[in-house]
This record gives sequence, structure tokens and C-alpha cells, in this order.
Amino acid sequence: MSSNHKRLSMDGRIDREQPVEFTFDGRELAGYRGDTLASALLANGVTLVGRSFKYHRPRGIFSAGPEEPNALVTLGTAGRREPNLPATTLELEDGMVAESQNRWPSLAFDVQSANGLLAPFLSAGFYYKTFMGPTRRAWMFYEQFIRKAAGLGRAGTDPDLDRYDISHAFADVAIIGGGPAGLSAARAAAAAGARVALIEQDFLLGGQLLAEPSDSAAAAWLRQAVAELESSKPVTLMKRTTAFGSYDGNVIGLVEQRDPTNPQPAGEARQTFTMLRARSIVFATGAIERPMVFSNNDRPGVMLASAARTYLNRFAVLPGKKIIVATNNDAAWRTAFDLADAGAEVTVADLRAASSAALAAEAARLGVAVRAATRIVDVRGGHAVRRATLNGPDGQSETACDLVCVSGGWSPTVHLTSHVGVKPQYRDDIGGFVPGAFPADRFGAGSMMGTYSTADAIGDGHRAGTDAASFCGKSAPAPSPSKLDLGETAAAPLYEVLPAGRGKAFVDFQMDVTTGDVELAHREGYESVEHLKRYTTLGMGTDQGKTSNFAALAAMAALRNATIPETGATTFRPPYTPVAIGALAGRAIGHHFKPIRRTPMHDWHMANGAEMLEVGLWMRPYFYRQSGSDVNEAYVAEMRNVRQAAGLMDISTLGKIDVQGPDAAIFLDRIYANGFAKLPVGRARYGVMLRDDGIVFDDGTTTRLAENRFFMTTSTAKAADVLSRLEFLLDTAWPDLRVAVTSVSDEWAAMSVAGPKSRAILSAVFPALDVSDAALAHMGLLESEWEGHALRILRLSYSGERAYEIYVGATAGEQLWGRLLEAGRPLGLKPYGVEALGALRVEKGHVAGPEIDGRTTLDDLGLGRMAGKRTGFVGDVLRRRPAFQALDRQRLVGLECLEEGKRLRGGAILFLPGEKPYGHGRGRVTSVTFSPERDHYVGLALLAGDVASEGSEVVAVYPMKAETVRARIVSPVFLDPQGERLHG
Amino acid sequence: MLRIECPCCGPRDHDEFRYGGDASVTRPAHDDPDPEAWYRYVYVRTNPAGLHREFWQHVTGCRQWLVVERDTRNHAIASVDLARKLSARKLPARKSPA
Repeated sequence: MSSNHKRLSMDGRIDREQPVEFTFDGRELAGYRGDTLASALLANGVTLVGRSFKYHRPRGIFSAGPEEPNALVTLGTAGRREPNLPATTLELEDGMVAESQNRWPSLAFDVQSANGLLAPFLSAGFYYKTFMGPTRRAWMFYEQFIRKAAGLGRAGTDPDLDRYDISHAFADVAIIGGGPAGLSAARAAAAAGARVALIEQDFLLGGQLLAEPSDSAAAAWLRQAVAELESSKPVTLMKRTTAFGSYDGNVIGLVEQRDPTNPQPAGEARQTFTMLRARSIVFATGAIERPMVFSNNDRPGVMLASAARTYLNRFAVLPGKKIIVATNNDAAWRTAFDLADAGAEVTVADLRAASSAALAAEAARLGVAVRAATRIVDVRGGHAVRRATLNGPDGQSETACDLVCVSGGWSPTVHLTSHVGVKPQYRDDIGGFVPGAFPADRFGAGSMMGTYSTADAIGDGHRAGTDAASFCGKSAPAPSPSKLDLGETAAAPLYEVLPAGRGKAFVDFQMDVTTGDVELAHREGYESVEHLKRYTTLGMGTDQGKTSNFAALAAMAALRNATIPETGATTFRPPYTPVAIGALAGRAIGHHFKPIRRTPMHDWHMANGAEMLEVGLWMRPYFYRQSGSDVNEAYVAEMRNVRQAAGLMDISTLGKIDVQGPDAAIFLDRIYANGFAKLPVGRARYGVMLRDDGIVFDDGTTTRLAENRFFMTTSTAKAADVLSRLEFLLDTAWPDLRVAVTSVSDEWAAMSVAGPKSRAILSAVFPALDVSDAALAHMGLLESEWEGHALRILRLSYSGERAYEIYVGATAGEQLWGRLLEAGRPLGLKPYGVEALGALRVEKGHVAGPEIDGRTTLDDLGLGRMAGKRTGFVGDVLRRRPAFQALDRQRLVGLECLEEGKRLRGGAILFLPGEKPYGHGRGRVTSVTFSPERDHYVGLALLAGDVASEGSEVVAVYPMKAETVRARIVSPVFLDPQGERLHG
Repeated sequence: MLRIECPCCGPRDHDEFRYGGDASVTRPAHDDPDPEAWYRYVYVRTNPAGLHREFWQHVTGCRQWLVVERDTRNHAIASVDLARKLSARKLPARKSPA
């Protein structure tokens, strides 16, 4: 085990009593509770942690927060593997298994770093330029290698073993960011009486205050503020929680990480996705330090100055001994002082000609060397920096060093406010973008508003918290905030794009975009920031360019000789940091994503050899194993049994709607293409509904139970849509019709007894009922009771056989099903599944879902005569539009397979004999079945009307299986065209 | 991230609702034979940036169809009313059965 040799012996916000063991690329290492993975790696002297996206350049830890572009790792293994996580945000956990990414065979020796040699080919836009035109074929060849070489971590392929939760939360005031401004805002809003949610991505509250020494006044202020908020009832502190998106309606999307310091209770979610709805929001999201752009500025050992200070003061890690702090502003001097105070040899290279006397005096006191008007132009070193080249008034010189801290000023974190359209505005006095005008319910505070001194940020936060609470009507008098002045000076940074030296100067570390790429984009006319972004892939990495955006803007502005506001900023979109899909899914996975609906007879099917099939949400019997060893054998046997004896089918899944009211008949007349007003009581009728555009919507049967009461059935798939549509028409179009519609789908169990023996079976089961043809003719209704349960028997047929649909109260469904089978067994009654059901209807030429596919009209389906000359029903006018009458419009036909040993397949494309089988053909096969009646395959098809003459031949082509088969066009009714079986 | 103030059920998350299209278009009478009128009703939309009247149904609640005035730029909801109430107003007064 490696020692924490870079760890200081005291201080920091780590718990030295609690060592934590982890592995990095298989090496066993240790850190402490309170570490991040990044701080623990630095403490162990690990500086090389990854390889870059395109060039496979060695990369180290650059930041101490979610802006990290370089130190991305893959965490966990198998079903818990997650790639591209910034080591700087990962709370160190016992047993953590981390791996570096994008390297092969090892991190230290990576073959593809040779990509650096191919760099001329990998510049901006190379995809477009290299592989277009005559070289396009080359792309086909090279793509696989380029795709393999470029990239970040690889996603796991195993199912995710972790659990995720989704919650909804509400607050008066949501405060995003737990730094000095956010803490102050939370105290003020809570004191005013508001219900407050304070959101902090880190596992500690404090923001930049955590980078202050642990024995400082800032630390004391922080302790007091946190203690006060923790004991404050109306305040919910949400640590380890990232606000990743801001949405309309004052909704904030949050992802909370599990607290690893809690002994994990069984079943606790790894992440919780929360939709927080607040009446007002205070954004106190802070600012992100900018890098400097110079040659080889991506080398391990080049680090943001604020990050170095965080590693030193918060994690007690001294990341270097001989350090150069390159800056253009005052803030980075504090890093230099603290590092010197901890024993490092520090040189400050400030771009500016002069610095304040106070800073100079403190530098002198601590022995920090200062070089004014000096810029850093290059660093050397492969896996770690060894030397830096500085250029100042005394000329160019090389200096040995093992850490380069850079600070190019600060960029306010305006991502979340931008999400809902608050445009960032450039402020010259701070040299950065701040949010523009907020709507009345949103407020900003602290450095995200450009307020960089701690004292002012606290005041700012207090004001914002008070205002946000007051917006919610909470304005109890709040005590003024406790003061904390860290004496920061607020001189604006001097931002210059430095001339690049010999090596690559990176603007976007994660996407490997260099100043050269920005120049190229400019040269080729991609000057707009939005074009620049897309041409160079700038800011399109998982870090969304948090550190790269400003440098690229400044570089482009310089090239265009324009100001930064003239150059503009790109749009920020959610999520601020990557969100695991698992978190968004929560528990809605598997059958929680798609619940199962079971019919009342489900248990019987399961216990009696049914192979089940998911149909929408429903589980339906596909076929019964007693009928055959596979579906093809079984469905044919089940069909034969229906045609020769009788079959029993569970049809409980049909949509069932009760339609009542004095105007019910008028209503049905308007929604169906065929008439219902004259339907006698006690009779059923098949009906087809159209959409307003004249396309067929759904079909089913409707039975008149009484003068003003009807019982409608819909297809299984459209049950919900039909009900909603009926309600729509009644509520919005025809409020004068006195009709009520109610779903009764779940009230009834439904089963169909079909086949020549069906009436005999009914007589056996219902001896008290008269089911003779005189009493119950085809399309007739019989209402009664069975063992105390409501009973409706409709004589309807889908299969073409004499058949009865039996509806019984749902709770009695399984009982009646069993009784029917028992009584019917001597007569040959057997259950059949949906495959046989579908096959029976194809043989009979009935259309169903594959034909009623949202593109076909009544005429297409051969049902035009149902509407006849009627008018005034939904879809009536537009169904007659000229385009629907075109001669070559595809119409329903029957097909007979003409080749012995071959079969038709649904989805096959139809061509005329001799036509080349390319393109969309003349039509398509929609449904097929083997027909025991005909002893070959038959099918329904939609075929262009101008070639669909009965008796002629077509060729059905099925390219997926390279099958071609000849078929004859016939009537779609393959069985009993006179309907004698229905009555016989 | 809409929240719709259902006149029957109070403020509810938009997950409970089903969108039902543009409520600003006029549906022709059921027996209107004019194809132009039906064409406009089915296909022609203004797509405004701003307030938009649209139908929503509270499917997992009271099942009422609502007319919601929503600002397409920021989802701010200006009004919610029962569609049945609004459409009934447009009807010619029904003679009471006396």
C-alpha cells in the first residue's frame, strides 16, 4: 500500500481517524474519510490519471470540482460500472474501484498517444474534409479505427444493479449553492419565515470557504452558519445534491448521491432524482476559475490555483514543492501565500505590470518570488511538469518546477439561470458574463453575480434571501448577517490570449481543442460562437466546457478583432453535469416502467400450460402447450378445433364502454361511420369509427341494452384512446348531447365460445336460459345472471363460426371459464390463444390492427358500403377527399401462396411479376396465416388498386430472409363467404 | 414542468393530463359538408409564440377536458377552464322543455 506522502501532518477537513481503502487501476491505495478520489490520488502522489480524448495525451487533476475536464475515471465493475466520472467530485468510499480511461495497454504507456503524430489529420472539421468527396470510401475503412481511438470511458453492458429513486419536493425558497452567499441567503430566508431548501453539490457546505485554512476566521464563520441552519426547522439541507437543470414553473432538477458515510440501510438508492418546485429561487452557484492558454497547458501538474488551495487547506495535500503561480488577477496570490506558508518554494508570475502594495508586502514576508508583467509560455515534462518557460521584462527563462498553478480570472456559473432563458451579459469591470435581468421570482447572489469578495457575497446573499422570502409573502424581520471579511482585493483580471509556443495550447482539455483549431475555424469562416462550437466540438464534452468556454471566446474575439460581448456566448442547456439515466428512470424500470395487466382468468392460463404474450400492457395467452410443441403447430391445431368442435378464448382485454343518456343513439350515429339510431334494443352491430381526417380509427361492436343505453366494445389497443375521444367530443364539440360515457373494461370478464358445438355448450352451462336460435339469433343479446353475477351473452363472431361472447362480473370470470371448459370437454371444447384468434380472423377476412394502421380509409379496407350515403359522422367529409380516391391507392386484397413448401410473411413487399424488386413496391402483406381450410398460406394485403385484379399474380418479397414467393390475388374472405357457418 | 390547476381537482402535475391539441380552432358542426372548413380545423394551425389555447384532459383525475391558456415561450398558464362550460356557451340557447 502506498503512503500518503504528499499529505501534510495536520489540519484539513479530513477525518484522520477513519482511513479509507480504494484501488486505482488495480493499485491499492488509502485516503481518509472527507477525501475526494482526486485528493486521495494527489495525497498518494498519483499525478497521471487519464489520457485525452483525441490525442491520448497524459492528463492529471486540473480542478477540485465539477468543472474537471481531465481526471475522468470509470467507477465500479460489471453491473455497477459507470464511466466518465470526475474524480474531483467523487467522495472517497471504502472499497472504491476506480480506473483510468482511454488508454491501452496502460496509462503510463499508451500506444495511441502516437495519435499526437497524426495530429495534422485530427484538427477541427477533419471528418468533413478528409473523408468527403473521392475519399469518402476511405471513411468507411478508417471510421472503425478512429472511433476506437477517440473517446472517453466505455459504458457498461450489464444491467445496472443499483437502485434509484424519484421524489418530488416543494419549498418556498430554493437556494442553489452552499457557499457564503447561499448560506447567508438561507439564514435570511429562514429567519423571514420561509420554508427553505438549500442545495449543495459537495458533501460539505461552504463552497470556497472550504479552501480557507481550517483554523481561520472563515472556518469559524462557516461552522456557526452551518450549525444554525442544521438546527433551523424550516431549512432542508440537501448536500451531495446537484441542481442539474432549471426548468419552467420554477422547477429545479436535482440528483442526490447516496451518503457513503451512513452505514448503508438495505435498499437505499444510489441516487435520488428530485423535482423541486419552489415559489422563488436564489441562485448562488459561485464562479469557476479559468485556465490560462499556453503551450502544453494540459500537462499533469498544471492545476487551477483555487484547486491547489483547496487541496492544501481542505484536504491537507501539498501537491508540489516548487511551484509557479501564473495569474492575471489578485485571487491567485492567496494560493501562492498559503502554499509558501506550507513550505513550498513559490514564484508568482503575474501578467499585470503592477500589483497592490499589500500583496507585494505579504509576498516578501513569506518569501514568495514575484515576477511582474510575466507570462507563462510553455511547460515541459511528460507525465508531470518539470520546467516552465516564463517570458517577462527580463526576457525568456526556464524554471524548474513540479506544479504550475494557473488563474485566468473567474467565470460566474450562469448555466442554471441560462437554462430558462436569462441571457448572460458581459460585465467589463469583472471581465465576465453575469446573468441578465431575472424574472420576479428569481434572484442571484455572490460570485455568480460577479460579487467576488466574501464580505460582499454574504451581504448579497442576505439581501437575495430576504427578497426571495418576501416574494413568498414571508417577511418576518431577520437579524443582519454575521460579517466575515477575508480582505480580498477586487481588481479585474487582465485577460489576454497568449501567443502559443511550440507545443499545443489547449482551449478545451476534454475535447482536445487547441488554439490552432480555433484559428482554423476562424480562417474557414466559422466565426460565430455557435459555429465554432460545432466545427471544433468545443464545449461538447461531458464537462460542457466549464473551463474552456471563456478562453475560446476570448481567442475568437482576438482573431476577429472584436470584443468578447460582440463575439457572444453559446447557449447553456441542461444538464449542468451528466445525469445517470438510471436516476431519471428511478424505479420505473422493467415492469414498473410498463405495468402488467392481467385478465380475471390469468391464473388459470398460467396453471394450464398457456404460453403468454405481452399485448400492450396485457398478458394474453399466445397458445396452449397442450395444442402443440411450438406456436406454429399449436395455432393450427387450435384453429382446427374451433372450426370442427369449439374453442374458448379469453377476450377480457377488449375495451368496454357504457354509453347512456337520452341522446346516446344520436351520439353513436355521429361517432360511427355506420348508423346506430335504428338498432333495435337487444341487438348488436359491428361499427367502425373514423378520425376527423377520414382515416379509420377503431372498430368494435355496440349493443343496445335499452332505448338510452348502449354497451360498446373497442379493440384492446385503442380502449383508452376511444374513451378519451368520446369524452372529448362530448365536452368540446357537442355539449348539448345528453350522454355519459364510462369505462367498464375492468368490471367484466369476457370470453368467447366459438365453433359448431358452441350452442350445445351454452345450453349445458346455462340450463335455465333459452339459447336457441329463435331466442338468441346472430347479433342478438341475452341478459341474465349467473350464480349471482351479472351476465351478458352476445352472439357475435370474429372467427366466422357460430360464436358467443360471454360477459360476466369480473370476480366470477375464472369460475365461469372453468365451468364452460368442464361442461364443454365432452363436446371437444378447448382453449385457444391469440395466435389462433388472429389466424381465424385472417381466414375469415376480418381486418384488425395490422390493417387499421392509421393510414387506411373505409374504402381501402373494403368497408365503404358500411357508410353508404350517410353523412354527418366524424371523418365523413375528409374521407371523401380526392387523394383518397386515387386509382393506385392501396386496397385490401386476399393473397394465396402459389408455391409448394413456401410461405407468405407479414411485412413482405409486393411487386408485379417481372418487376425489379426494389423500392416500396405496389403494396405489402399485412397479416398471414396457414389456412387449414385451404391447406396453404393465405394472407391479407394492401395493394395498389390499379393492379389489384382478382385472379392475377403478384410476387411477395421478404428481403430480411431473402425470400421471394408467388401469390394470387383473391377475395380476402377465404372461408364461408355466404356466412352459413355463423348460423349453422 | 407544467402544473395545471384543474377546476375539479386543484393543482396537479402535468403527468396526470393528456394533451388534446389546439383549442383555438373551431370545429365545424357535425353535419357541415364543407371540406374547406374541415381542412382548416384538422390541419391549419397558427403556432403562436405566446398565449395559446389548448385542450388538456385530466385523464388520471376527473377525466374532464379542459381549455388551458399556456404561454408557449415559458409554459406560464394564464387560465384553466372546463371545456364543456366554454363550449356550452357557444351553443344557441336550448328551448326549455317546459
